[in-house]
Amino acid sequence: MNANQQPLLKIDDLRKSFGQANILKGIDMAVNKGEAVAIIGPSGSGKTTLLRCVNFLETYEEGSIRIDGQEVGYRDGGNRQRRGETDLARMRAETGMVFQSFNLFPHLTAAENVMLGLTKVRRKPKQEAREIAEHWLKRVGLDHRIDNLPSELSGGQQQRVGIARAVAMEPKILLLDEITSALDPELVNEVLDVVRQLAEEGMTMLMVTHEIAFARDASHRIVFMDDGKVAAEGPPKELMAQAGSNQRLDAFLSRFRTSHLH
Amino acid sequence: MATILYALPFLLQGFLITLWVSALVVVFSLAGGLVLGVGLVYGPRTVQWLVRLFSDCIRGIPILVLIFVVYYGFPPLGIAINAFWAGVVALTLFKGAQVIEYVRGAISSIPKGQMEAGKAIGLTFVQRLRYVIFPQAVRRFLPPWINGVTDAVKGSALISLLGIVDLMQSINEVIGRTYEAMPLYLLGAFIYFAINYSLSLTSRFVERRYAYIRD
Ligand SMILES: Nc1ncnc2c1ncn2[C@@H]1O[C@H](COP(=O)(O)OP(=O)(O)O)[C@@H](O)[C@H]1O
Ligand SMILES: [Mg+2]
Repeated sequence: MNANQQPLLKIDDLRKSFGQANILKGIDMAVNKGEAVAIIGPSGSGKTTLLRCVNFLETYEEGSIRIDGQEVGYRDGGNRQRRGETDLARMRAETGMVFQSFNLFPHLTAAENVMLGLTKVRRKPKQEAREIAEHWLKRVGLDHRIDNLPSELSGGQQQRVGIARAVAMEPKILLLDEITSALDPELVNEVLDVVRQLAEEGMTMLMVTHEIAFARDASHRIVFMDDGKVAAEGPPKELMAQAGSNQRLDAFLSRFRTSHLH
Repeated sequence: MATILYALPFLLQGFLITLWVSALVVVFSLAGGLVLGVGLVYGPRTVQWLVRLFSDCIRGIPILVLIFVVYYGFPPLGIAINAFWAGVVALTLFKGAQVIEYVRGAISSIPKGQMEAGKAIGLTFVQRLRYVIFPQAVRRFLPPWINGVTDAVKGSALISLLGIVDLMQSINEVIGRTYEAMPLYLLGAFIYFAINYSLSLTSRFVERRYAYIRD
């Protein structure tokens, strides 16, 4: 990466608490354009909260999150004035989000789920939106499910619609929060394959995952979060190598090692 | 039989007044209740608190008392109001408070993730309501609401106490002239029943029509 090129996503000293509980305790992170970054870490370490802050589904009290130089959620100028509703919506359209629980719109077909943002936010004509939706649904392998309701789809298929819905908006960055953890084991790979391919094509991604093998193979960099902080980070191989000197990371990874061996 | 034939033209007039009052109440309470119901769920704290206070107060007062409060209470406050509009306002307040609760219930039944998914693709608040929340909430909202409309029709009979010649009052007046209470009350009851039964049928039809989401 060019040293003076600014990262697409830049997080500085991000702090977030729920009431008395400090959940994020000063996160610094940068994601460059075209980079796929995986976040791993024990449950409760604040991974979901971090992603939600990036999309401003949660407010944050201190620190800053910038996408392409623009502060997320608050007006530029540093006085912590929350952006207006339309401004927030415009910012959020630049970040795609795929949820652990899919959150498809149950009253809309697969195609309509993908089209909603295209027609109402991107203001594309219906015909064009439909073509884009079909294109992406084909890309995620759902050629035959385009006009089905979510209730007629398997979990893996629903999550692939979720991915299509997010990427069809051409977001600058895609946020994925444990998108396979609600799936039956045999459906996990069909979803991960789609993500892997998006990463190969240069989609900028920040993905929380507990699929360590997947994080190692599909990401450029892994961030290990522990207790609201970034406890280690680096390219997959380097990070794994740090386990020897980082006790918490070692403890976390050892839980997965057994499942790696076979 | 002769009595009934004699009564029909009078009853028709009353029937039309009853329908007119019910229609006004239904439309006004729907519009008001929808806005306040959304305020109750998504509004800032103060708005939530005010709507809750309003709804609880209104629902704590019997309709009949509400009607008299509006009819006798508004003029001293400098608000001129005739019997007809006093009835409409009182019934609208009463129905509106119900609509608020139906709206709150229907919206709360929708998982939080729906609003978040709408946010994530960049929909504004109004768009999220319109394209994501309302189309799903309507299924939960309509059956109790339509049943509630029957309350409005039944409740409207109370405005006869303000001297408005609605269906109820026209029955009373015909009885005053013919002294045949029983057949006329039965006829009146039948007419109210016919209106409300057709509403229940509609409600059941609507319920089936919106059964597209499997829970
Ligand atoms: N809305 C909330 N209110 C209060 N506490 C919360 C809320 N969301 C998350 N938390 C708490 O924040 C901590 C971090 O949660 P989360 O970000 O979901 O962790 P992770 O995704 O790493 O498992 C947890 O202890 C959780 O209980
Ligand atoms: Mg989580």
